[in-house]
This record gives sequence, structure tokens and C-alpha cells, in this order.
Amino acid sequence: MTTRIDRRFEAVRAEGRAALVTFVMAGDPDPETSLDIVRALPKAGADLIELGMPFTDPMADGPAIQAAGVRALAAGMSLRKTLALVRAFRAEDDATPIILMGYFNPIYVYGVDSFLADARTAGVDGLIVVDLPPEEDHELCKPALAAGLNFIRLATPTTDDKRLPAVLANTSGFVYYVSVTGITGAAIPDYGKVTGAVARIKRHTDLPVAVGFGVKNAETAEAIARGADGVVVGTALVEAVRLSLSEGRATPATVEAVSAVVRDIAAGVRRVSKKAA
Amino acid sequence: MTIQNPNSFRTGPDETGHFGMFGGRFVAETLMPLILKLEQAYEAAKADPAFHKEMGEYLTHYVGRPSPLYFAERLTEHCGGAKIYLKRDELNHTGAHKVNNVLGQILLARRMGKKRIIAETGAGQHGVATATLCARFGLECIVYMGAVDVERQKPNVFRMHMLGAKVVPVQSGSRTLKDAMNEALRDWVTNVADTFYCIGTAAGPHPYPAMVRDFQCVIGREAREQMLEREGRLPDSLIACIGGGSNAIGLFHPFLDDKSVEIFGVEAAGHGIPTGEHAASLTGGRPGVLHGNRTYLLMNEDGQITEGHSISAGLDYPGIGPEHSWLHDIGRVTYISATDKEALAAFQLLSKLEGIIPALEPSHAVAKAVEIAAAKPKDHLMIVNLCGRGDKDIFTVADHLGGMS
Repeated sequence: MTTRIDRRFEAVRAEGRAALVTFVMAGDPDPETSLDIVRALPKAGADLIELGMPFTDPMADGPAIQAAGVRALAAGMSLRKTLALVRAFRAEDDATPIILMGYFNPIYVYGVDSFLADARTAGVDGLIVVDLPPEEDHELCKPALAAGLNFIRLATPTTDDKRLPAVLANTSGFVYYVSVTGITGAAIPDYGKVTGAVARIKRHTDLPVAVGFGVKNAETAEAIARGADGVVVGTALVEAVRLSLSEGRATPATVEAVSAVVRDIAAGVRRVSKKAA
Repeated sequence: MTIQNPNSFRTGPDETGHFGMFGGRFVAETLMPLILKLEQAYEAAKADPAFHKEMGEYLTHYVGRPSPLYFAERLTEHCGGAKIYLKRDELNHTGAHKVNNVLGQILLARRMGKKRIIAETGAGQHGVATATLCARFGLECIVYMGAVDVERQKPNVFRMHMLGAKVVPVQSGSRTLKDAMNEALRDWVTNVADTFYCIGTAAGPHPYPAMVRDFQCVIGREAREQMLEREGRLPDSLIACIGGGSNAIGLFHPFLDDKSVEIFGVEAAGHGIPTGEHAASLTGGRPGVLHGNRTYLLMNEDGQITEGHSISAGLDYPGIGPEHSWLHDIGRVTYISATDKEALAAFQLLSKLEGIIPALEPSHAVAKAVEIAAAKPKDHLMIVNLCGRGDKDIFTVADHLGGMS
């Protein structure tokens, strides 16, 4: 079974480049503006969209993404509204993959089965749930796979060769390599090490490997794109949202502020040719 | 999964860290290898007599154990019912039960070669205990504490500074214990190589709930022996306050299979359960996943964690240890709650009747003990866990009572 995620990575590979995966927080700074931001992402150069499901206690996120979640929740965002946002996006774009990213509790409280059914109907393609390691696969990963959604797992510098097969076992769509130990938006990775780490993961899987954490602009995106099948950017985009706000509210400049950063980073990603020699 | 022995309540967790449906290991992949290593190291230490011997030495000569089991004669007279005994863990070095657990974890950190210790703290008792043992063993110590708690538990902040720890006020979220725990987890995920996370209560990802419980069980083991020696039989009831619930599980666990022993856990009802401003996860919450485990949580219909409220910073947490969630669901322990007001009254009552100033946390247990004892016959033997002393709370209490009258 192929999914939108599989097809998109295949298409990007055929173009001889890495994919750009963009993360924004659903409902940030408010549900309406957020939908406009998401709608503008593909045109600005995003190949895949990660949509953050806001949560009060994002334990693996740095201050920027924490603040984005706080803004979204303050604007009344919920998991139900996040699914509505995906539905609205999907009505106009049937090709760009959407991956929901967040923490397990809102999904658990929604009810795993109804969540998976509603997510699939809305047009969600994959899930990244930070606090569900392979040890908890029965909770959501296996039911998600059975429901036809991709379950994308994070691999980290602490995931050694012994552990990698367990991490990859039920992973589909792509592998998200977290390039540093730490929270989102913090450290800058050692690019040489990242290339080596991607190569190590690729020895264990045929899935595309996207790399996140530490992508701030065209240059850093270019550096990551050299060694990976995909580049993930998040903190830089939610910071663009924040900087565009006036007294905490969206302005006419908000959507374009995010698009501008995406265009810049997309240009960096596209400078790297991966055409087979 | 192993089948838990149906004849015993003391065999949990299973090898995946579950007490029934509660517990588990809900953490980011970065932390997973660390948690597995910790589990291995703890299992090895548990099987090593040298570890227990070392622990015993420090418990006796540094912590000051065993703590007395004291017959509270005037409190008993006041209630006119059950014979009330206080398990006096407030007499431990650093003034609370927290040190029992910290000692175990710090000795384990030393075995694992970890030099940097991080901790979260609410009331500051766990922070002080961690800072104390880090000073004793020459380890770097960083304590995360909600900015609100830094303000209301100043004496403990000073003590931590004095002991050489770095106290980081946490400004995110509700700026209390849960946010301090988030920040500690963020630190751990960043500093994986050299850092040991010393969790202060019997919650978090496996193996913490079981490990912290094991270290706290010294309370219940002593209480059992002391009661047998004093009265020639087991107590009829136990009562302890519950935030995360480490003092309570430490007292309860060695008695769980003694069917004649009635067990009560007291949550913080804050301004009252119906007001929604409380920290009673079992009474007013439902199962969810936070901080590495599935347990009862305070949250809204969207699964967003809500802010607990309690006059006591140590109980002001929207969750509870997973073993308590299980004991609640199977009905072995009865969980009740006490309001801020009831705790304040008990704080004064115990101070005046027994010359013992309790912390606001166990004041919740004392409040309910007084009610329950009054309804019991005079030959009923009750143990109240007095898990902390009230020095840190005198300013908070004075504020609520409108001065030092």
C-alpha cells in the first residue's frame, strides 16, 4: 500500500533533490490564520506538512514551540479543530501529505479508535507522537498502521545499532532523525556527524530519512539536505509567526512571514542536487 | 506480560512497568535507552547485598532512621476514638521522607558513574534532600522549581542555595511542580551522557514508580515492626497524604497483603472538589498519559492538563503515581480528600496538642485521621504518616491565619 507520503518522497527523489518538511502549530496564532498559513505552505516550497497538535505539556519542545502551543490553546484550538483544519486543507489539496505531530494524551482522551477513523477521513497521512517509543507500540502505532496511516518514528543520537531495528520495526512513511540530543530549537548539529548518522540508519532501512532540529535558514537547510532525503524545519517557522504578531494577534503580514522563511529554506534545499551521476 | 499473583497486591509492576493498565514508559526516544539502562542498573543494585548494606549505613547514621512510631496521646484523647500513632518521618535529616528515596537514587547514580544530578521539586523538600546528598557526595546539583513555588517556599530555596545547588525557577505553564518536571525532562533529554534524573515521587516512566516505592518502603517496614513491638499486633488502619504519593506508597506497600488493615490515601481538595480548584487526581480526574506514565490526571475534555490547586505546594500536582491509580481502581486503598481549610485546622491542632508542627502536606492526612479516628472504637490502632515538618510552611500558614496571632 502506498500513501501520499510514499508518493511524495518518490516524486521528490525523481526530481533529484531532498524533500522539505515544514512544521507549524495547528491553531497558531488562531485557527483561521493557521489554516491560511498551512494553505500557503506548498506554494512556498513545502513538500510535506507536519501539523503540531497543541498540548499543555510538550516535554520535548523548546520555548518557541511551547509558546506556539500556548498561543493555539489560548485561541481555543483542540484536537477536534485540528482535524477540521486538515479537512479544510484537504478539500483544496489532495497531494501534499499531512502528518500530525504531538503528544499522546489528547489522542488517548479522544479515544484511539475514533481518533484514527476521524484522522483518516479528514485526510491525515501520518502520525508522529513524541512520547510513544516502540515499547508502547500497542497503544497507537499498531492500530494506526492497521487504519492505513503511516507511523513515523524519531531516531536520535542515543538510538544505537542494537536498538535501531526495534525503532524501525513498525515505522513507515519515513524516519525522522533528530540530529541532536535536546529539545526543539536548541542546539546546532554537527553536520558531518548527521551525514554519518543518516548513513547508519540507511543501513537498517529502505525508508527515506528526514533530518530535523537545527535547521534555521537556507544555509543550514542546504547543509542537512546534502546528507538526508528530507529536511525538517519547525522552530524557524513558529518564530516567524510570533514575530509577525501585534499584541499577540495575527496581522496581515503573518501568513507571508511564514511563507517567506519557507521559500528561503526551500531554495537552500533545492541547491543540493541528488541526481544519480 | 507476567500474570500478577492474584493473592498478592505486592508483585507489581510487570516487566513492562505496568500496574494493571497504569504506568508504562511514555517518553521520547532520546530518553528510552537511558531509562532501560537505569532499569538494568537498579535491578543489579537491588540484587547486590553491598548496595543494601551501604544504604542501611547511611539511613542509620546520616538520615537518622528508624524514625519513631509515636503514640499521640493528646490527639487520641481529643478524638475520643482510635489510638493514633504518628510515624515520624518529619524527624529525618532534611525534615521529610524525601531523603529515603534520594539516598537510594544518589547511591545508584554513583554506581552508574553519573556526576550531574537534576531534580524537580514542588514544596522544595525533594530539592533540599537532593541538594543535601549531592553536597555529601560532591555531585553537581540542578533543581527545577516552578516560579510560583520558589515564591511560596522561600526557606527551602535558601537551604538549597546554602547546600550548593543551582535552583532554576521555571516560568512555563502554570509555573508549579508539573512544569518543573517538564523542564527537568527537557534538561535530561539535552544532557543524556552525564546526567542522572532524581525523580522525587513514585511516578514517571518505569522503573521510577517501582524504584522510588522500594526506597520509601523503609517507612512501612519499620512501622510494621514498631507496631508489632508496641502493641503485639498489626495496625487496623493507615493514613497518608498523596500528591505523587511516595510517602503513602512507602507506608502502604508492606501492608497491602494484610487484609485486616484498612488503608486511606488523602488527596488535596484545595478549595473543595466541586469548585474545580483542587489537586485530587483520583477523586476529580480520569486516566491519561503524562510525564512518562498512564495514571489519573486532572485535565479538560481535550486532554489538556489543567492546573491543580492546593495550599500545599507538595500536593499541587495534576497527577498521581500509577500504583495508586491501580490500588484505587481495584479498591484496595480508599482515597479521600481534605480541603485547604481542613489542612490548616489540622496543622494548628497537631501543633497545639502534641507540640509537633507538621508540614501542610501531612496536615491533610491528620485532618482526615481526626475524623476517621473519632468514629472508631478505642482499641482501633491507626498509623498516620507524618511525612514532613512544617518549618517551611509557617509563613504560608501565618498569611492564611492573618498574622502571627
